[in-house]
Amino acid sequence: MTSIRLSVPQTARKDEIIELKALIQHPMESGYRRGSRGEQIPRNIITRFECLYDGELVFSADFHPAIAADPFLKFYTRAVRSGTLEFRWTDQHGETWSDTASLSVT
Amino acid sequence: MIRLSPVLAFAALVAACSPSPTTDTDLPAADVRSGYTFLTAETQAMQDDSFANPGYLWVDRGAALFGSRAGDAPSCASCHGEGLTGAAATYPAIDAATGDLLNLEGRINQCRIRHQNLPALDYESDDLLALTAFVASQSAGVPISVSTDGAAAPHYRNGRDYFFTRRGQFNLSCHQCHDENWGKRLRGDTISQGHGNGFPAYRLEWQALGSLHRRIRDCDAGVRAEPKAFGDPKYIDLELYLSSRANGLEMESPAIRR
Ligand code: HEC
Ligand code: HEC
Repeated sequence: MTSIRLSVPQTARKDEIIELKALIQHPMESGYRRGSRGEQIPRNIITRFECLYDGELVFSADFHPAIAADPFLKFYTRAVRSGTLEFRWTDQHGETWSDTASLSVT
Repeated sequence: MIRLSPVLAFAALVAACSPSPTTDTDLPAADVRSGYTFLTAETQAMQDDSFANPGYLWVDRGAALFGSRAGDAPSCASCHGEGLTGAAATYPAIDAATGDLLNLEGRINQCRIRHQNLPALDYESDDLLALTAFVASQSAGVPISVSTDGAAAPHYRNGRDYFFTRRGQFNLSCHQCHDENWGKRLRGDTISQGHGNGFPAYRLEWQALGSLHRRIRDCDAGVRAEPKAFGDPKYIDLELYLSSRANGLEMESPAIRR
Protein backbone atom coordinates (compact mmCIF):
# COMPACT_ATOMS: atom_id res chain seq x y z
CA MET A 1 0.00 0.00 0.00
CA THR A 2 1.67 3.16 -1.23
CA SER A 3 0.26 6.51 -0.17
CA ILE A 4 0.01 9.28 -2.73
CA ARG A 5 -1.05 12.87 -2.11
CA LEU A 6 -2.08 15.16 -4.95
CA SER A 7 -2.95 18.82 -4.93
CA VAL A 8 -4.79 20.01 -8.05
CA PRO A 9 -7.21 22.95 -8.12
CA GLN A 10 -10.78 21.84 -8.75
CA THR A 11 -11.48 24.71 -11.09
CA ALA A 12 -9.42 27.20 -13.08
CA ARG A 13 -10.01 29.90 -15.65
CA LYS A 14 -8.99 29.14 -19.21
CA ASP A 15 -5.27 29.83 -19.78
CA GLU A 16 -4.63 30.28 -16.07
CA ILE A 17 -1.27 28.94 -14.81
CA ILE A 18 -2.07 26.34 -12.15
CA GLU A 19 0.15 24.82 -9.49
CA LEU A 20 0.24 21.03 -9.19
CA LYS A 21 1.74 19.17 -6.24
CA ALA A 22 2.44 15.46 -5.86
CA LEU A 23 3.90 13.47 -2.98
CA ILE A 24 4.48 9.71 -2.91
CA GLN A 25 5.66 7.40 -0.15
CA HIS A 26 8.86 5.72 -1.30
CA PRO A 27 12.16 4.93 0.47
CA MET A 28 14.36 6.13 -2.46
CA GLU A 29 17.12 3.86 -1.14
CA SER A 30 20.25 5.11 -2.85
CA GLY A 31 22.18 1.84 -2.98
CA TYR A 32 25.16 3.51 -1.32
CA ARG A 33 24.19 2.86 2.29
CA ARG A 34 25.16 -0.07 4.45
CA GLY A 35 23.07 -1.82 7.08
CA SER A 36 24.05 -2.48 10.70
CA ARG A 37 25.90 -5.66 9.68
CA GLY A 38 27.88 -3.88 6.99
CA GLU A 39 25.89 -5.33 4.12
CA GLN A 40 25.06 -3.09 1.20
CA ILE A 41 21.40 -2.02 1.13
CA PRO A 42 20.25 -2.57 -2.45
CA ARG A 43 19.26 0.41 -4.52
CA ASN A 44 15.50 0.89 -4.74
CA ILE A 45 14.41 4.10 -6.38
CA ILE A 46 11.72 5.64 -8.53
CA THR A 47 13.32 6.52 -11.85
CA ARG A 48 10.55 8.33 -13.69
CA PHE A 49 7.68 10.66 -12.98
CA GLU A 50 5.12 11.79 -15.55
CA CYS A 51 2.08 14.02 -15.48
CA LEU A 52 -0.45 13.61 -18.27
CA TYR A 53 -3.19 16.12 -18.99
CA ASP A 54 -5.94 14.32 -20.89
CA GLY A 55 -3.31 11.84 -22.04
CA GLU A 56 -0.82 14.49 -23.14
CA LEU A 57 2.52 14.64 -21.32
CA VAL A 58 2.85 18.08 -19.68
CA PHE A 59 5.63 17.42 -17.18
CA SER A 60 8.14 14.64 -16.57
CA ALA A 61 11.21 14.08 -14.44
CA ASP A 62 13.97 11.47 -14.24
CA PHE A 63 14.93 10.57 -10.69
CA HIS A 64 18.41 9.58 -9.52
CA PRO A 65 19.77 8.12 -6.26
CA ALA A 66 20.37 11.48 -4.56
CA ILE A 67 16.66 12.26 -4.27
CA ALA A 68 15.29 12.04 -0.74
CA ALA A 69 12.68 9.55 0.45
CA ASP A 70 9.02 10.39 -0.14
CA PRO A 71 9.74 12.68 -3.11
CA PHE A 72 7.68 15.85 -3.34
CA LEU A 73 7.20 17.67 -6.64
CA LYS A 74 5.63 21.03 -7.35
CA PHE A 75 5.22 22.27 -10.91
CA TYR A 76 2.94 24.35 -13.12
CA THR A 77 0.87 23.95 -16.24
CA ARG A 78 -1.60 26.01 -18.22
CA ALA A 79 -5.29 25.19 -17.80
CA VAL A 80 -6.50 24.71 -21.36
CA ARG A 81 -9.63 22.57 -21.00
CA SER A 82 -11.61 20.55 -18.48
CA GLY A 83 -10.07 17.14 -18.14
CA THR A 84 -8.13 14.59 -16.13
CA LEU A 85 -4.63 14.94 -14.76
CA GLU A 86 -2.84 11.67 -14.27
CA PHE A 87 0.28 11.42 -12.12
CA ARG A 88 2.44 8.37 -12.69
CA TRP A 89 5.59 7.10 -10.99
CA THR A 90 7.72 4.21 -12.28
CA ASP A 91 10.47 2.52 -10.27
CA GLN A 92 13.69 0.89 -11.43
CA HIS A 93 11.93 -2.49 -11.68
CA GLY A 94 9.16 -1.13 -13.88
CA GLU A 95 6.52 -1.12 -11.14
CA THR A 96 4.17 1.85 -11.50
CA TRP A 97 1.81 3.77 -9.24
CA SER A 98 -0.64 6.37 -10.41
CA ASP A 99 -3.46 8.58 -9.25
CA THR A 100 -5.73 11.03 -11.03
CA ALA A 101 -7.54 14.29 -10.34
CA SER A 102 -10.04 16.16 -12.45
CA LEU A 103 -9.90 19.81 -13.33
CA SER A 104 -12.77 21.85 -14.61
CA VAL A 105 -11.91 24.88 -16.72
CA THR A 106 -14.38 27.72 -16.98
CA MET B 1 45.07 22.59 61.10
CA ILE B 2 42.40 20.02 60.40
CA ARG B 3 43.75 16.81 59.00
CA LEU B 4 41.57 14.90 56.55
CA SER B 5 41.43 11.18 56.97
CA PRO B 6 42.72 9.37 53.82
CA VAL B 7 39.21 8.13 53.02
CA LEU B 8 37.75 11.63 53.22
CA ALA B 9 40.60 13.03 51.14
CA PHE B 10 39.90 10.41 48.50
CA ALA B 11 36.22 11.21 48.52
CA ALA B 12 37.01 14.90 48.12
CA LEU B 13 39.32 14.12 45.21
CA VAL B 14 36.69 12.00 43.46
CA ALA B 15 34.15 14.75 43.95
CA ALA B 16 36.53 17.30 42.47
CA CYS B 17 37.19 15.15 39.40
CA SER B 18 33.65 14.07 38.61
CA PRO B 19 31.43 16.30 36.43
CA SER B 20 29.61 19.10 38.19
CA PRO B 21 26.78 17.73 40.29
CA THR B 22 23.41 17.83 38.61
CA THR B 23 20.15 18.95 40.09
CA ASP B 24 17.14 16.73 40.46
CA THR B 25 14.49 19.36 39.80
CA ASP B 26 11.88 18.99 37.11
CA LEU B 27 11.64 21.35 34.16
CA PRO B 28 9.61 24.36 35.39
CA ALA B 29 6.20 24.39 33.70
CA ALA B 30 6.68 28.04 32.74
CA ASP B 31 9.78 27.15 30.66
CA VAL B 32 8.15 24.40 28.60
CA ARG B 33 8.78 24.85 24.86
CA SER B 34 8.07 22.54 21.96
CA GLY B 35 10.86 21.00 19.90
CA TYR B 36 9.29 22.95 17.04
CA THR B 37 10.71 26.20 18.43
CA PHE B 38 14.26 24.83 18.06
CA LEU B 39 13.86 24.01 14.35
CA THR B 40 15.05 26.13 11.44
CA ALA B 41 12.43 28.23 9.65
CA GLU B 42 12.60 25.86 6.65
CA THR B 43 11.86 22.79 8.76
CA GLN B 44 9.04 24.61 10.54
CA ALA B 45 7.58 25.54 7.15
CA MET B 46 7.70 21.91 6.08
CA GLN B 47 5.78 20.87 9.21
CA ASP B 48 3.22 23.65 8.79
CA ASP B 49 2.44 22.81 5.17
CA SER B 50 -0.06 20.01 5.61
CA PHE B 51 0.47 19.03 2.00
CA ALA B 52 4.26 18.96 1.81
CA ASN B 53 4.65 17.40 5.29
CA PRO B 54 5.39 13.74 4.41
CA GLY B 55 4.02 12.63 7.79
CA TYR B 56 0.58 12.99 6.23
CA LEU B 57 1.35 10.07 3.91
CA TRP B 58 1.05 7.93 7.05
CA VAL B 59 -1.94 9.88 8.35
CA ASP B 60 -3.77 9.24 5.06
CA ARG B 61 -2.89 5.58 5.21
CA GLY B 62 -4.07 5.46 8.85
CA ALA B 63 -7.37 7.09 7.89
CA ALA B 64 -7.89 4.43 5.23
CA LEU B 65 -7.07 1.63 7.68
CA PHE B 66 -9.35 3.19 10.31
CA GLY B 67 -12.30 3.10 7.95
CA SER B 68 -11.75 -0.33 6.43
CA ARG B 69 -12.66 -3.79 7.67
CA ALA B 70 -10.10 -6.56 7.99
CA GLY B 71 -11.89 -9.85 7.40
CA ASP B 72 -14.87 -10.27 9.72
CA ALA B 73 -13.69 -7.66 12.20
CA PRO B 74 -15.65 -4.43 12.58
CA SER B 75 -13.65 -1.41 11.42
CA CYS B 76 -12.24 1.04 13.94
CA ALA B 77 -14.67 3.61 12.50
CA SER B 78 -17.68 1.40 13.20
CA CYS B 79 -17.06 1.91 16.93
CA HIS B 80 -15.29 5.26 16.91
CA GLY B 81 -17.20 7.12 14.20
CA GLU B 82 -15.16 9.76 12.49
CA GLY B 83 -12.35 9.52 14.99
CA LEU B 84 -11.01 10.17 18.42
CA THR B 85 -10.46 13.90 18.73
CA GLY B 86 -8.40 14.77 21.79
CA ALA B 87 -7.87 11.16 22.92
CA ALA B 88 -4.16 11.00 22.04
CA ALA B 89 -3.41 13.99 24.28
CA THR B 90 -4.38 11.91 27.33
CA TYR B 91 -1.95 9.04 26.64
CA PRO B 92 -0.23 7.09 28.17
CA ALA B 93 -3.23 6.22 30.34
CA ILE B 94 -4.38 3.38 32.57
CA ASP B 95 -6.62 0.78 30.94
CA ALA B 96 -9.58 0.41 33.31
CA ALA B 97 -10.07 -3.31 32.57
CA THR B 98 -6.52 -4.50 33.26
CA GLY B 99 -4.97 -1.67 35.25
CA ASP B 100 -2.05 -1.61 32.79
CA LEU B 101 -0.51 1.60 31.54
CA LEU B 102 -0.99 1.84 27.78
CA ASN B 103 0.51 4.28 25.33
CA LEU B 104 -1.37 5.11 22.14
CA GLU B 105 0.25 2.26 20.20
CA GLY B 106 -0.65 -0.10 23.03
CA ARG B 107 -4.25 1.15 23.13
CA ILE B 108 -4.67 0.65 19.39
CA ASN B 109 -3.26 -2.87 19.62
CA GLN B 110 -5.49 -3.51 22.64
CA CYS B 111 -8.52 -2.57 20.51
CA ARG B 112 -7.38 -4.94 17.78
CA ILE B 113 -7.11 -7.80 20.25
CA ARG B 114 -10.08 -7.02 22.48
CA HIS B 115 -12.59 -5.60 20.02
CA GLN B 116 -11.53 -6.83 16.59
CA ASN B 117 -10.18 -10.27 17.41
CA LEU B 118 -7.11 -9.44 15.34
CA PRO B 119 -3.44 -9.93 16.27
CA ALA B 120 -1.43 -6.96 17.56
CA LEU B 121 0.46 -5.03 14.88
CA ASP B 122 4.25 -5.02 15.15
CA TYR B 123 5.64 -1.95 16.86
CA GLU B 124 7.16 0.37 14.26
CA SER B 125 5.34 -1.37 11.40
CA ASP B 126 3.99 1.07 8.82
CA ASP B 127 0.41 0.08 9.70
CA LEU B 128 0.76 0.73 13.43
CA LEU B 129 2.62 4.00 12.77
CA ALA B 130 -0.10 5.01 10.32
CA LEU B 131 -2.96 4.31 12.74
CA THR B 132 -1.08 6.00 15.59
CA ALA B 133 -0.30 9.05 13.45
CA PHE B 134 -3.92 9.24 12.29
CA VAL B 135 -5.30 9.10 15.83
CA ALA B 136 -2.59 11.47 17.13
CA SER B 137 -3.21 13.96 14.29
CA GLN B 138 -6.80 14.25 15.49
CA SER B 139 -5.39 15.84 18.64
CA ALA B 140 -3.17 18.34 16.81
CA GLY B 141 -3.35 21.61 18.74
CA VAL B 142 -4.89 19.95 21.80
CA PRO B 143 -2.87 20.53 25.00
CA ILE B 144 -1.32 17.39 26.49
CA SER B 145 -3.17 16.39 29.62
CA VAL B 146 -2.11 13.10 31.18
CA SER B 147 -3.07 11.88 34.60
CA THR B 148 -0.30 10.76 36.94
CA ASP B 149 -2.25 9.91 40.07
CA GLY B 150 -4.01 6.76 41.22
CA ALA B 151 -2.85 3.65 39.41
CA ALA B 152 -0.61 5.79 37.17
CA ALA B 153 1.45 7.09 40.12
CA PRO B 154 3.98 4.21 40.33
CA HIS B 155 4.48 4.37 36.55
CA TYR B 156 5.11 8.08 36.80
CA ARG B 157 7.73 7.50 39.51
CA ASN B 158 9.47 4.80 37.43
CA GLY B 159 9.46 7.04 34.39
CA ARG B 160 10.83 9.98 36.31
CA ASP B 161 13.50 7.71 37.75
CA TYR B 162 14.51 6.59 34.26
CA PHE B 163 14.73 10.22 33.16
CA PHE B 164 17.06 11.21 36.00
CA THR B 165 19.29 8.12 35.96
CA ARG B 166 22.68 8.41 34.29
CA ARG B 167 23.37 5.62 31.86
CA GLY B 168 25.61 4.34 29.11
CA GLN B 169 29.34 4.70 28.57
CA PHE B 170 28.87 8.48 28.57
CA ASN B 171 27.10 8.25 31.92
CA LEU B 172 24.52 10.87 31.04
CA SER B 173 20.87 11.14 32.01
CA CYS B 174 18.02 12.46 29.91
CA HIS B 175 17.73 15.20 32.54
CA GLN B 176 21.28 16.42 31.99
CA CYS B 177 20.68 17.10 28.32
CA HIS B 178 17.00 17.99 28.17
CA ASP B 179 16.52 19.89 31.47
CA GLU B 180 19.96 21.30 32.20
CA ASN B 181 21.35 21.97 28.74
CA TRP B 182 18.48 22.65 26.41
CA GLY B 183 19.14 25.48 23.99
CA LYS B 184 22.84 24.57 23.78
CA ARG B 185 24.51 22.94 20.81
CA LEU B 186 25.48 19.27 20.62
CA ARG B 187 27.38 18.44 17.45
CA GLY B 188 25.22 19.85 14.67
CA ASP B 189 22.06 19.92 16.76
CA THR B 190 20.42 22.24 19.24
CA ILE B 191 19.30 20.25 22.27
CA SER B 192 15.58 20.73 22.81
CA GLN B 193 13.66 19.94 25.97
CA GLY B 194 12.99 16.39 24.75
CA HIS B 195 9.21 16.48 24.53
CA GLY B 196 7.18 13.80 22.78
CA ASN B 197 4.37 16.09 21.54
CA GLY B 198 5.41 15.71 17.89
CA PHE B 199 5.42 11.91 17.76
CA PRO B 200 4.95 9.84 15.70
CA ALA B 201 7.17 12.31 13.85
CA TYR B 202 8.89 12.44 10.50
CA ARG B 203 12.60 12.73 11.16
CA LEU B 204 14.66 13.91 8.24
CA GLU B 205 17.49 11.73 9.51
CA TRP B 206 15.24 8.66 9.37
CA GLN B 207 13.68 9.68 6.06
CA ALA B 208 10.51 8.20 7.53
CA LEU B 209 7.89 8.52 10.22
CA GLY B 210 8.89 6.95 13.53
CA SER B 211 7.54 6.44 17.02
CA LEU B 212 8.59 8.16 20.23
CA HIS B 213 10.22 4.89 21.31
CA ARG B 214 12.41 4.98 18.22
CA ARG B 215 13.50 8.51 19.18
CA ILE B 216 14.22 7.46 22.77
CA ARG B 217 16.18 4.45 21.52
CA ASP B 218 18.32 6.88 19.49
CA CYS B 219 18.98 8.98 22.62
CA ASP B 220 19.83 5.88 24.67
CA ALA B 221 22.16 4.67 21.90
CA GLY B 222 23.62 8.19 21.72
CA VAL B 223 25.02 7.87 25.24
CA ARG B 224 26.06 4.31 24.40
CA ALA B 225 23.50 2.68 26.63
CA GLU B 226 21.64 -0.46 25.56
CA PRO B 227 18.32 0.75 24.10
CA LYS B 228 15.18 -1.00 25.38
CA ALA B 229 12.95 -2.92 23.00
CA PHE B 230 10.10 -1.07 21.26
CA GLY B 231 7.09 -1.01 23.56
CA ASP B 232 9.15 -1.95 26.65
CA PRO B 233 7.14 -1.10 29.80
CA LYS B 234 10.08 1.03 31.03
CA TYR B 235 9.73 3.21 27.94
CA ILE B 236 5.96 3.47 28.45
CA ASP B 237 6.56 4.65 32.04
CA LEU B 238 9.15 7.09 30.70
CA GLU B 239 6.64 8.25 28.08
CA LEU B 240 4.19 9.03 30.90
CA TYR B 241 6.81 11.14 32.65
CA LEU B 242 7.66 12.92 29.38
CA SER B 243 3.99 13.68 28.73
CA SER B 244 3.40 14.90 32.27
CA ARG B 245 6.38 17.30 32.14
CA ALA B 246 4.88 18.57 28.87
CA ASN B 247 1.32 18.87 30.20
CA GLY B 248 -0.27 21.89 28.52
CA LEU B 249 1.97 21.73 25.43
CA GLU B 250 0.03 21.38 22.18
CA MET B 251 0.17 18.12 20.25
CA GLU B 252 1.90 18.41 16.87
CA SER B 253 1.95 14.93 15.39
CA PRO B 254 2.87 14.39 12.60
CA ALA B 255 5.69 16.84 13.33
CA ILE B 256 8.88 17.22 11.31
CA ARG B 257 12.12 16.90 13.23
CA ARG B 258 15.74 16.89 12.18
C1 HEC C 1 -15.97 -3.13 18.64
C2 HEC C 1 -15.69 -1.75 18.96
C3 HEC C 1 -14.28 -1.21 18.78
C4 HEC C 1 -13.45 -1.34 17.70
C5 HEC C 1 -13.69 -2.11 16.42
C6 HEC C 1 -12.28 -0.55 17.98
N1 HEC C 1 -12.39 0.01 19.22
FE1 HEC C 1 -11.14 1.36 20.01
N2 HEC C 1 -12.21 1.36 21.72
C7 HEC C 1 -13.37 0.65 21.95
C8 HEC C 1 -13.74 0.77 23.35
C9 HEC C 1 -14.95 0.10 24.02
C10 HEC C 1 -12.76 1.58 23.95
C11 HEC C 1 -12.64 1.98 25.44
C12 HEC C 1 -11.58 1.09 26.08
C13 HEC C 1 -11.98 -0.35 26.14
O1 HEC C 1 -12.99 -0.66 26.79
O2 HEC C 1 -11.30 -1.17 25.50
C14 HEC C 1 -11.85 1.97 22.90
C15 HEC C 1 -10.79 2.84 23.07
C16 HEC C 1 -9.97 3.30 22.06
C17 HEC C 1 -9.02 4.37 22.19
C18 HEC C 1 -8.77 5.20 23.43
C19 HEC C 1 -9.82 6.28 23.53
C20 HEC C 1 -9.66 7.11 24.77
O3 HEC C 1 -10.33 8.15 24.83
O4 HEC C 1 -8.90 6.75 25.67
C21 HEC C 1 -8.38 4.49 20.99
C22 HEC C 1 -7.28 5.48 20.64
C23 HEC C 1 -8.95 3.49 20.10
N3 HEC C 1 -9.91 2.81 20.78
C24 HEC C 1 -8.54 3.29 18.80
C25 HEC C 1 -9.04 2.26 18.01
C26 HEC C 1 -8.49 1.92 16.72
C27 HEC C 1 -7.33 2.63 16.04
C28 HEC C 1 -9.21 0.85 16.26
C29 HEC C 1 -9.00 0.05 14.99
C30 HEC C 1 -7.68 -0.56 14.87
C31 HEC C 1 -10.24 0.56 17.26
N4 HEC C 1 -10.08 1.42 18.31
C32 HEC C 1 -11.21 -0.41 17.12
C33 HEC C 1 -14.06 -0.05 21.00
C34 HEC C 1 -13.59 -0.38 19.75
C1 HEC D 1 23.70 13.69 25.19
C2 HEC D 1 22.50 14.46 25.27
C3 HEC D 1 21.18 13.71 25.26
C4 HEC D 1 20.75 12.78 26.18
C5 HEC D 1 21.49 12.22 27.37
C6 HEC D 1 19.41 12.46 25.79
N1 HEC D 1 19.04 13.16 24.67
FE1 HEC D 1 17.23 13.22 23.84
N2 HEC D 1 17.92 14.37 22.36
C7 HEC D 1 19.20 14.85 22.26
C8 HEC D 1 19.35 15.56 21.01
C9 HEC D 1 20.62 16.24 20.50
C10 HEC D 1 18.11 15.47 20.35
C11 HEC D 1 17.74 16.04 18.97
C12 HEC D 1 17.48 17.49 19.05
C13 HEC D 1 16.34 17.76 19.96
O1 HEC D 1 16.59 17.89 21.19
O2 HEC D 1 15.17 17.77 19.55
C14 HEC D 1 17.22 14.77 21.25
C15 HEC D 1 15.87 14.57 21.01
C16 HEC D 1 15.00 14.00 21.92
C17 HEC D 1 13.56 13.94 21.75
C18 HEC D 1 12.76 14.52 20.59
C19 HEC D 1 12.34 15.94 20.88
C20 HEC D 1 11.55 16.52 19.74
O3 HEC D 1 10.89 17.55 19.94
O4 HEC D 1 11.59 15.98 18.65
C21 HEC D 1 13.07 13.28 22.83
C22 HEC D 1 11.61 12.95 23.09
C23 HEC D 1 14.18 12.92 23.66
N3 HEC D 1 15.34 13.38 23.08
C24 HEC D 1 14.07 12.21 24.84
C25 HEC D 1 15.19 11.78 25.56
C26 HEC D 1 15.09 10.84 26.65
C27 HEC D 1 13.80 10.26 27.20
C28 HEC D 1 16.36 10.64 27.09
C29 HEC D 1 16.84 9.70 28.19
C30 HEC D 1 16.56 8.29 27.94
C31 HEC D 1 17.24 11.45 26.28
N4 HEC D 1 16.51 12.12 25.34
C32 HEC D 1 18.61 11.58 26.47
C33 HEC D 1 20.19 14.73 23.21
C34 HEC D 1 20.11 13.91 24.31
